[in-house]
This record gives sequence, C-alpha cells and structure tokens, in this order.
Amino acid sequence: MAYVAVKGGEKAIANAHKWLAEERRGDPAVAELEVAQVREQLSLAVDRVMGEGSCYDRDLAALAVKQARGDVPEAVFLIRAYRTTLPRFGASAPLDTVGMAVRRRVSAAFKDIPGGQVLGPTFDYTHRLLDFALAADGVAPPPEAAVAEEPQAYPMPTIDSVFAHEGLLETDEPSADAPEPFDLTREPMSFPAGRDQRLQALARGDEGFLLSLAYSSQRGWGNTHPLCGEIRMGEVAVEFVPEELGFPIEIGEITVTECQMLGGSRASGDKPPQYMRGYGLVFGHSERKAMSMAIVDRALRDNAAASGQVAPVQDEEFVLYHSDNVEASGFVQHLKLPHYVDFQADLQTIRRLRREYFERQALKEAAE
Amino acid sequence: MNAAAKMTAAPAERGTLLRVDGLTKWYGHVLGCRDVSFEMRPGEVLGIVGESGSGKTTLLNCISGRLAPSSGSIAFDTSRFGMADIYALSEPDRRRMQREDWGFVHQNPRDGLRMRVSGGANVAEPMMNLGSRHYGRMRQATIDWLERVELDTRRIDDRPANFSGGMQQRIQVARNLIHEPRLVFMDEPTGGLDVSVQARLLDLLRELVRDLSLAVIIVTHDMAVARLMADRLMVMKGGQVVETGLTDQVLDDPQHPYTQILVSSVLQI
Amino acid sequence: MSVQTGSNNAPESALGRYYNYAYLDEQTKRMIRRAILKALAIPGYQVPFGSREMPVPYGWGTGGIQLTAAIIGPDDVYKCIDQGADDTTNAVSIRQFFAKVADVETTEDTGAATIIQSRHRVPEKPLKAGQVMVLQVPQPEPLRYLEPRETETRAMHAYEEYGLQYVSLYESVSRFGRIASGANHPVMVEERYLMAPSPIPKFDNPKLGYSEAIYLLGAGREKRIYAVPPYTRVRSLDFEDHPFEVQTWEESCALCGAKDAYLDEVVLDDQGAKMFVCSDSHHCAERRAAGHAGPMAGHQLDQTEKEAAQ
Repeated sequence: MAYVAVKGGEKAIANAHKWLAEERRGDPAVAELEVAQVREQLSLAVDRVMGEGSCYDRDLAALAVKQARGDVPEAVFLIRAYRTTLPRFGASAPLDTVGMAVRRRVSAAFKDIPGGQVLGPTFDYTHRLLDFALAADGVAPPPEAAVAEEPQAYPMPTIDSVFAHEGLLETDEPSADAPEPFDLTREPMSFPAGRDQRLQALARGDEGFLLSLAYSSQRGWGNTHPLCGEIRMGEVAVEFVPEELGFPIEIGEITVTECQMLGGSRASGDKPPQYMRGYGLVFGHSERKAMSMAIVDRALRDNAAASGQVAPVQDEEFVLYHSDNVEASGFVQHLKLPHYVDFQADLQTIRRLRREYFERQALKEAAE
Repeated sequence: MNAAAKMTAAPAERGTLLRVDGLTKWYGHVLGCRDVSFEMRPGEVLGIVGESGSGKTTLLNCISGRLAPSSGSIAFDTSRFGMADIYALSEPDRRRMQREDWGFVHQNPRDGLRMRVSGGANVAEPMMNLGSRHYGRMRQATIDWLERVELDTRRIDDRPANFSGGMQQRIQVARNLIHEPRLVFMDEPTGGLDVSVQARLLDLLRELVRDLSLAVIIVTHDMAVARLMADRLMVMKGGQVVETGLTDQVLDDPQHPYTQILVSSVLQI
Repeated sequence: MSVQTGSNNAPESALGRYYNYAYLDEQTKRMIRRAILKALAIPGYQVPFGSREMPVPYGWGTGGIQLTAAIIGPDDVYKCIDQGADDTTNAVSIRQFFAKVADVETTEDTGAATIIQSRHRVPEKPLKAGQVMVLQVPQPEPLRYLEPRETETRAMHAYEEYGLQYVSLYESVSRFGRIASGANHPVMVEERYLMAPSPIPKFDNPKLGYSEAIYLLGAGREKRIYAVPPYTRVRSLDFEDHPFEVQTWEESCALCGAKDAYLDEVVLDDQGAKMFVCSDSHHCAERRAAGHAGPMAGHQLDQTEKEAAQ
C-alpha cells in the first residue's frame, strides 16, 4: 500500500471546513442555538471568554462560544483574534470598585463588616444534585427572587477602608509621576515583571492553570496561607476622558468580580508589619478565577530568595509565561503539524549512531 | 575600563593582589559586617574564621563580587584592567573578570557545578569560556586535572549526581582551578563532608595551593581547617574583625577573649 | 517590493469592509517594521515585539505571518512552504490567508517570489537580492533548553556568555562522538550573537551566510523578531577537531534524480520499503520539467502531484 505524503491540501481544507460546520450544527432536527440563548443562559461561559479574551462584549463572546461549539479556549482564541483588529482610542480611568452596584459581597475575615455579608446569586450553598426538572420541555418559569425591604448600603466600603485607619493593610498608591501602566496586549513580557504586567497576565490567564497553582500553594508548595478579605461582584461604571472634553464621561457599565486576599505580614526593616494583599479582578462573575488570581498574585510577591526553595507558584517566569491558554494551546497543538524534515535529520543521526554502536559491539566480540 | 574604576583604585603597591578598605554591609538595620580592611599578596592564603553569624559569609560574598557593600571598596589586580575597584567595573566587565581571574568553591558542590552535564563538561567549561575550541585538547586537560584531584578518569563522562559528596567537591575544585585563576575563594569547602573525607580533601587542597602558589581566601568555622590551610587569619565576631595575624600566632597565642574561646573549643585529639 | 501606506487599498470583498490590508492595522505594521529595522541593524539579536493574536494559532506560524503582513504590498509575489513543500496543509492555509487579505499574487516558483515564507526549510535555489526569506520560529532562544529562564538567557546574550552552549556541544561529542544535532543547529552571527536559525536542517545553515537576500525570523508566541541581513557572517558552532557537517544521502531523488538536495523519506509499505524525494517540491518539479528523471520517475507520487496541480 503506497503512502502518499500530505498533498491536495486545498481541497482537503475546504472539505474539512464543511464537515466542521455540520458537526457544529449537530442534529438538524434539533432547534438551532441562538446567540442570545448563549448570552443569557450560558452566561458564566460567556464571562470566562470575555475575561480570558480580554474583551468585554457579551454578544461577541456568546457568538464565539457558539462558533467554538462550547470549547472555551477555542472561543477565547476567536475573541483575542478579533480584538487584534479593534482600534485603540484610549484608556479608561481606573474602575471604582468601591462604587460598585454590589450583587454579591462576602468576607471571611470578619463576622460582619460595614455593608454586611450579601450572599447574592451563588452556587456556593446549592446541593450539587442534577435537577432533572431543567431537562423537561416546557419548563415552568423560575421562582422569583424576593426583593429586600431596604436597599443595601451604597457605596459599600471595601476591606481597605476597614483596615485603613489602623494602617494594617498595605496600600499601593501610584505616585503622581508614575509612568503609564504596561500594556500586555501590545508589548511583550519582560522580567522582572512589574505589578501591572503581572496582574494583566493573571487576569487573562487560564482559569484552570491558576486554580491549580493556587491550590498547590494552599497545600504547602509555597508560602501562602491566605485569608479571603473580601469578594465582591456587581456592576461598575467605566469612565473615559475624551481629549476634546477634558472631563470624564461614563461610557458604559460592566460586571466585574473582585477579590482581595490577605496574606501574612512581611517584616521589612523600614516599614511596620502589615498585611500583604493578593489582588484579583476579572470580567463578569468569575469567583474561582478572581480568587485564584489573588492567591497567585500574593504568592508571586513572596521573597522567594529568602526562603530558598522556589515552589512553582512563586516562580514568576514559570507562572506568567505559561498562564496564557491561547499561547499554550497553539504550541501544544502545533505538534500536529508536519515535522518530518527535522525528523529526517534526527533519523539520520540515530541510524548512524546505531551503525557505529553495532560496529563497536562486533569489534568487541571479535576481540574476545 | 571606565574612568570611575580607574579613579577609585589607588596606585598599586608592588605585589598587592587585593585591597579591601572599610568594607561595610547592612541588611536593613541588621549588620552584616563592618569596617573590614586588609590586603593580600599573590600566593597568600587568608583564612576568615568565626562562628555562624559572625559575618564571614557576608564578607566573602562582598569581596567576591556577589553582594554590593553598603560602603567601602574592594580593589583587585585584574588581568584585563590592572588594579580596579571591582564594583566600579561595569557588570559585563566584572563578570568577565570573575570568570577569568577568579575561582569560587562553594560549600555545597551542587551550588558550584552544573548537575545536569557530565563532570568532564563541568571541568572543561572554564576553558571554553576563555575561548578554547579544540575538543581533544580540552578533554586531555580535563583528564589531567581529574588525575590531579585524584578522581578516576574513566568516570569523566559521569554526571556529578553519580559521585559522592567528596568526589563532587573534587570536581568543583578542578573546575575552579583549570583556568589558573589569580585568586580562589573557598566557602567552607570541606563542610558537610565525612571527617575522613574532609581530611583527604584538605590534604589535596593544601598540596594544590602550594604547588600552584595560589592566592586563596578561605572561610571556615573549623579551626583545624584554618590551621592547615591558612598563612594568616582574620577572626570575626558580630560582623567585625576582632583579631588578625599569622595563623600560628593567632592559634597558639590568641589575644582577644573571643579568639581564646574559639581556640580552646577545638577538640584536642 | 512596495510598502502599503494607507487602508484605501483594502480589498473590495466583504472582508475588506472589516479588516485592514494584510489584516494588521497600520500602527501594528509600523511597530513590526521598527522591530525589523532594529533586528537588521543588530544581526542575530532577538528584538522583543508586541506580537498580536492572529486568526491562526500561536505555534502555527504567527511570527512569520506578522512579518509578512508588515512588509507585503500588492506588487509582491508571495510563496509559502512548509517542510519545503507548497502544498502541505498549513502552507496552503497561510497562502490562502494572504491571497485573501493582501490581494496578492501567489506562486510556487522560488525564483519568481519576492517574499518566501517558510516553516523549517530554506529552498534549494539560491536566493537573489530583492527577495525576503521569512522563517517561522517556534523557539527563538538557542539556549532555552539549556536554561529555562528568560532573565538568565537575556543576560548571557548581553554579556556574550555562551559557555553553556559550548558545554552542550562538548556533551554531544562526549556522548555520541560527534556534534549530533539534526536541525536548529546554533550559529554565531557576525561573531557576536548566538542565534537559533529555526528548525531548518543543518543542511540549510550554510545558506544563511553571505546571502544576497534578507532573512527575517519571527516567533509570534515568544514575541521576538530577529534577522540576518545580506552578506553577513554566519558561523555554525563546532569544534576545531569536530567541524560542522551537513547531511548527505547515498540515494538521490527518486523522481528527479537530484543528488545534492535535501531528501524526504517516504514510507511505501510496512515491510520497510521506502523512497527518497526532494523536500523542496518546486525544485523537484522544475528539474522534472527540464527533463531530469530519477530511478522512480513515473511513480504514483509523481502522478498524484500532477493531479493536484490540475
């Protein structure tokens, strides 16, 4: 049977695309999925695609999820590629998460804090039992959530203000003459990484990777024993200062999840002992990601040199270089591309080495 | 070499290899070492002794270019630039000088060797750094040196992990002497080894130092090692030098109370 | 080779309504061109650049694609190969991409191309002045598999501390009796920078030095661009007593008879039968068109190529 090398590529590709479209559609007897359905009812997948895709647009993200047949990293790739084509006309003002319209806010550090513990729409206390009622056709409308009698506190102060008057939590005020923040989407990474580069990489990093790293640090691979100071999720205004106006205008509202982890105090000669902060901020409702990000942020700031042993989560180059799943997926999957030319070179070498080995063996035997 | 390095280096006295002047290092508000000054001539072996926490390791790291001091200067007679303040050199120049003129034998051989390449490659590397490009000649030089440090030359291609601690240390010694450095730093070179292994290694080191007229700065907490290796001693306590002098004088007739304690605490066998 | 200046020349198609010429926006192209100029000014030095996400995955040629997108114009003639062949799937895909977004003439003829983008091979035919060779690079750092840290390797290049590379060559000789690399054999460029020529076989290394053409190398995922300008010294690393050697074959190309081309091994059955054919598909086709024939001329492989061409 003759083997034919990869030829006739154009036709093969065209046919492959058609078959892929068929697979995406699935059984034609089943109603086609609408982008709006994805946007509304698979909203957490949409949130993850926006976060890792670094682009806040629910409709685009929903379209990407549909086009990617539900494969989140593939959808993230679509969003990133699209993002490349978008013109950049400026940077927003930093988000004011204190002014968030909070839908959920909890703190493990205190029994109660100003504003209270707001449970919000969370999976946390559900029992993970498959709900077969959801599978039935003609599902009854969902129960309505009760409306509270009093509006919740606004603005709801963050953990910073709780600690501020005692100075217990480190603050990161940028100096007036600080340079522009680094932009990871336009510049290549460089090490040692500044806080801006680090947080950007973590914010768009693969949730699974960061989750595992965070987990490893809790199990002893690293020095982090974090306490969840606060998690909050809700809507924040995005403000932008157009050159022509010279004052900020609100251009929209986005949902974000913010997490502040408190880490052990670090004794530094010229500063009094304080809690260190790990910070996580992510588009949409993504608590697992925000928490993992905050834990990893804190771990990376550890003075690893002092402790000697560097756990993977403390190794800046290891974490930041491998956290991007678009890069990771591309490189891992590129192994499917033909490598027969380098392999041929390799084959030549190993055949020659084998020949020499057997010649040497033959000589040895002849000598005996 | 740049103008700054030339300016801070005082004119070389005949034969001065190293001049340390007012060397001080603070870690925040914790003292590493303070006001250390001394000179060395080629072929001298200087021992820095003291218990752990005395500042001897800090001093060694500052002098060997690994840790910038808080104040003070270190001038060395480099092969490329003449007498130069080592911290006034640019980083590329300082690193080149460290590769070409110095050796550094770590207490733990794992810190001074590439564990993932063969012992032979470890020993040949300094030659390659200096521009050697003939495999056969380098291999022969490596074999010669392995013989010199009393290792089985048939094991030249074995990785360091396959050798015992004492043998790994011998590989490290070969790696640090093959390029004929002007000055070798040794940080507790026999620490962590079996007593009998220590003794044999010390004998080897002493022989090599004498044969090659090496200048050495050796840091140790072990007075027996100091007695065997060093011509002169500097005794450190709490970051400061409390006594200096010829080895025999310091050990047989210690002046400072701390030195007296150190000396008397050595087990008399 | 012309340079695109504005977006007025965007193709008329629906694609053109949403995408700039050659896909990248002008600012990005400018950024890449600056990186290219810097790379040409410092031969062999890896210039970091703000690599963009492209419609093709990282690891599949985005570095080469961005280089091409930054320099291509409607008057260019574009050739794209992978493993030396024009019709391997990924080469086809990338060529189609540029045909679409750059509205440019494409070709398989090495001599007629102004831009040749390639994965893992350099064509057999010597390149001429006015041609640009764009190589796709998976790992731009030659020392990466010896030293995983970027902070360390950056310092090594800055201080010209390449001992680690020579240690690796020493190990190869001590283990195999020779420098046993097959592809991506490291080179010194202008006797200053250690460079990874990309996974081209050793066989192709000599083509980089003193070439009439410009070599641009791009790593999209690792975000580095580097270059070898024309007439530049490129030395493959070796020892005086173990000099650099290229691959040779006992066989010649079964289809065209070429004796000094890089050959692919094609497995014919599972009993060990094989044939060797030119890796450079155009080189082979040109030779056959000129009347050369190898021992298996007329083979099915030959026929299949003819069909595919129709």
